[in-house]
Amino acid sequence: MKILYFSWVRDRVGVGSEELSPPDSVANVEGLVDWLKSQGDGYQKAFDDVSIIRAAVNQEHVQFDHPLTLNDEVAFFPPVTGG
Amino acid sequence: MIRVQQEDFDYAEEVAAMSEGNLGVGGVVAFSGLVREMAGDSEIKSMTLEHYPGMTEKALAEIEAEAVRRWPLEKTLIIHRYGRLEPGDQIVLVAASSAHRDAAFDACRFLIDWLKTKAPFWKLEESDKGGQWVDAKDSDNTAHDRWLKEEG
Repeated sequence: MKILYFSWVRDRVGVGSEELSPPDSVANVEGLVDWLKSQGDGYQKAFDDVSIIRAAVNQEHVQFDHPLTLNDEVAFFPPVTGG
Repeated sequence: MIRVQQEDFDYAEEVAAMSEGNLGVGGVVAFSGLVREMAGDSEIKSMTLEHYPGMTEKALAEIEAEAVRRWPLEKTLIIHRYGRLEPGDQIVLVAASSAHRDAAFDACRFLIDWLKTKAPFWKLEESDKGGQWVDAKDSDNTAHDRWLKEEG
């Protein structure tokens, strides 16, 4: 699974993107966040307050109950601030 | 048309192109966003725009398609820059042309309102206090939601 991080989420995680193989028990975005939080301090800090984290799957905005498969591209970022 | 680029753009040239060769155009409305000097009490040295290549283009194309679906438009344009910018620099240009002004005004406002809440861009402001990621504003969500109630 390709996972990307943007803005301060990337700053806290420490990398912009990575290939990870989460366990089968990770069925949706929320499950992925919970698993990532167990992967180290950076993740713990990045996902400490999920109310200010947004997610995209295959480059579309999604809610945290969106299902995941191993071939998905998942991105985590704070609310967008363009324009 | 969608353009995501580092380079600056020529406002006058882009707006002129909105009606060039089309005598059916009765009005063009354009909005450009600029880097402000002040962020609260701090003077900004630079603003760096980060985006999600691929998703950005996709999100902007969806917003443009929605505008075209809602209003009778001749042409639409979204240019959004990324990278390091300084106070006074242009960040974004959205424009809409139509036979009549109402559609052009509404579509232009719609394009920038939805871009602000949907397009994956993030701003990092640098001042004497260091780098600070800009927080999203509640007023941007309110502006976005207005268009859920008002179908064009």
